[in-house]
Amino acid sequence: CIPNNYNNITISAPSDPTKRTLDPYVTGTSVVAIRYKDGIIVAADTLGSYGSLARYREVPRLSALGDVLIGGSGDISDFQYIIRDLEALRTQEYCHGDGVYLGAREIWSFLGRRMYQRRNSFDPLWNQLVVAGFRNNQPFLGLVDLHGTQYEDVTIATGYGGHLARPLLRNAIDKYGPNMTRDQALEVVETSMKVLFYRDCRTVNRIQFADVTAAGVKISEPRELETYWEFQQFIRGDRKIPQ
Amino acid sequence: IGTGYDLSATTYSPIGRVFQIEYAQKAVENSGTAIALRCSDGVVFAVEKIIQSKMLEPDSNRRIQTLDKHIGMVAAGLVPDARQIANRARREASSYKDFYDDSIPIRILNERVSAFIQMYTLYSHIRPFGCTTIIGGVDRKGPQLYMIEPSGISWGYFGCAAGKAAQAAKTEIEKLDLKKLTCRDAVIEAAKIIYGVHDDLKDRLFDLELSWVCPHSNNEHQLVPKDLFDRAEAAAKEAQKEDSSEGSEGEDAQT
Repeated sequence: CIPNNYNNITISAPSDPTKRTLDPYVTGTSVVAIRYKDGIIVAADTLGSYGSLARYREVPRLSALGDVLIGGSGDISDFQYIIRDLEALRTQEYCHGDGVYLGAREIWSFLGRRMYQRRNSFDPLWNQLVVAGFRNNQPFLGLVDLHGTQYEDVTIATGYGGHLARPLLRNAIDKYGPNMTRDQALEVVETSMKVLFYRDCRTVNRIQFADVTAAGVKISEPRELETYWEFQQFIRGDRKIPQ
Repeated sequence: IGTGYDLSATTYSPIGRVFQIEYAQKAVENSGTAIALRCSDGVVFAVEKIIQSKMLEPDSNRRIQTLDKHIGMVAAGLVPDARQIANRARREASSYKDFYDDSIPIRILNERVSAFIQMYTLYSHIRPFGCTTIIGGVDRKGPQLYMIEPSGISWGYFGCAAGKAAQAAKTEIEKLDLKKLTCRDAVIEAAKIIYGVHDDLKDRLFDLELSWVCPHSNNEHQLVPKDLFDRAEAAAKEAQKEDSSEGSEGEDAQT
């Protein structure tokens, strides 16, 4: 639907049917995450955009797989496919009957390899995925993207969040350090999501927050953030700053 | 027995028997007994796992398999054949979930596995499976249990048994009121039956494996929790002692 210049004419002859997807269709915007003392907080809105149209307003972009949380930006159908695939993998692990399941780092690595493999076949899964988990008292937070890039960090932000939220998250890390409390972490993540709702045109004010701790993964019900729209410039509609 | 007509599964005898399939049944009859009970609130599996040596780790070489979150399976017969069937069943369950976004209903899994097993009776270059497979679990229609023979014939059961002491086990199962029995009680009964039909003279060493799918396990297939397992095993051993002190009634030889 969105025109681009990436149609790779060298891959297939004009007479061949189109065999590869190079465009995302229904997309999700930023996913924001920060690691604090006892765990990780991850947040994302629930919008599936169809280009500039805010088409599907109740799409969950955070998914729990046992004690691992996966958040997805980018193409929603690819994200849903990845989750379905990982759930099937978990059922296989259940059938082994030994209670051993892949942890966050292992899933991060597995996804990284898959994404890279798809990229090299010119058939990418068009996502930036945030993987978070807590096992044996060790937190894990990492990112995997459509290129197959993988990295781990104490703060992760995809999409516009990378521009708008990352500085806020990093300031919080500098300010509070490794002993950041959950309240402090939640405050900076909420602020980040608020800034993103104000400034990112492809967002909706319906946010889910996920807690990843030793007790497992808990994804909240979607909620609204308090926003302020009474700025004089908005109300008056002209550019003159009132005296 | 079937001289000349028994060399291949693609040959009928003059009276319409396929001997290769019947020989596959023999493999089942030589294996440790497996039973399953469909109770009022779930399904219970129990198997007499005959072991060769005391050095074997008790949890290894599991005979009860998990096919999907809500479905378990136990087989009597050749263990490697049972593993093949289990792997196929797992793939069927997984592909159903991928296609229909729903857990596979047990009767549909039964149909698919039966068709798979039957297929191996059609060719001379692959032998029939030497297993009787028991599949059970809980789905939207409640608890269900199916047993599939090497021929591919399958039926739905309230209680079924396969293996060496299948006949004796069936007799015991028929004494239970399965429509009223709960899984918690059925686990004890199943353990008693296995211990009861076990022939100490022929196979001295055996392990009991017990699993269930019931509300206590969140309708997921799991091994019976340790405390209940221990109680069941203790009750079974008690019942054995009582029987042997009465006479040799407890160890009915199978015909």
